[in-house]
Amino acid sequence: MLLITCPHCGPRPELEFTHGGEAHIARPENPAAMNAEDWTEYLYMRANPKGLHAERWRHLHGCARFFNALRDTTTDQFVATYATGQPRPDLKGAGQ
Amino acid sequence: MVDLVTHASPMARHVLRGRPAALEAAQGALGFALPRQACRAASKGDVHALWLGPDEWLILSGVSDGLAERLEDAMGAHPHALVEVSDRQIGLVISGAEAEAVLSVGCPLDLGLDAFPVGMCTRTVLAKAEIGLWRTGPNTFHLEVWRSFEAYVRQFLAAAAVVPA
Ligand SMILES: [Zn+2]
Repeated sequence: MLLITCPHCGPRPELEFTHGGEAHIARPENPAAMNAEDWTEYLYMRANPKGLHAERWRHLHGCARFFNALRDTTTDQFVATYATGQPRPDLKGAGQ
Repeated sequence: MVDLVTHASPMARHVLRGRPAALEAAQGALGFALPRQACRAASKGDVHALWLGPDEWLILSGVSDGLAERLEDAMGAHPHALVEVSDRQIGLVISGAEAEAVLSVGCPLDLGLDAFPVGMCTRTVLAKAEIGLWRTGPNTFHLEVWRSFEAYVRQFLAAAAVVPA
């Protein structure tokens, strides 16, 4: 079974986790001032990279906290996990 | 084998969440320190505090012992959440030399004593149910199960305990 390292609980089975989409997408400060194209960009457009991807994950059946992970979308390998609010680790070339 | 699962004695259940100042005050009313290490429980008498998350604990105590009122009084000035969940879930005790093996049929965690020692507690899954799992002895586990899942969990454990002929 794939193990995912929760920043709070340590390595835990993937059955306990849920995926929360791409990480580091800040909600615009003033949505009312945005036009439809920019709002669409924020709401729907995602990087969808082949390779390292920064994602939100939630340890739903554990500590229940959200955290971020760097996962390689071609190998499903988790290269790093880190707490929400932390910057994306600079790991160019890792996990390939 | 089925009778290795019994009901825990009736207890009051509260989920406590708060920032350090509220937690400090709560500890005064509890009479012991909330466990800060992930996935660990602390106890004094029949009051138990189970770590659920970095700012979240499940407090188990005797029915109508007034602990919740004392916690509210102590934390009054500080923002916090103290939510009673006594009737949301029921306690099951699974005990015996087979307990670890039977739970392992449906729980994906490593339940060996090295990886899951006495005093460790966590939310996890048992087959299709979410449970709270707390090891209270080498061969004894306390399960917190949402009450609508009780029949499912008991039947799953009963089936898991059947040794193929
Ligand atoms: Zn966790």
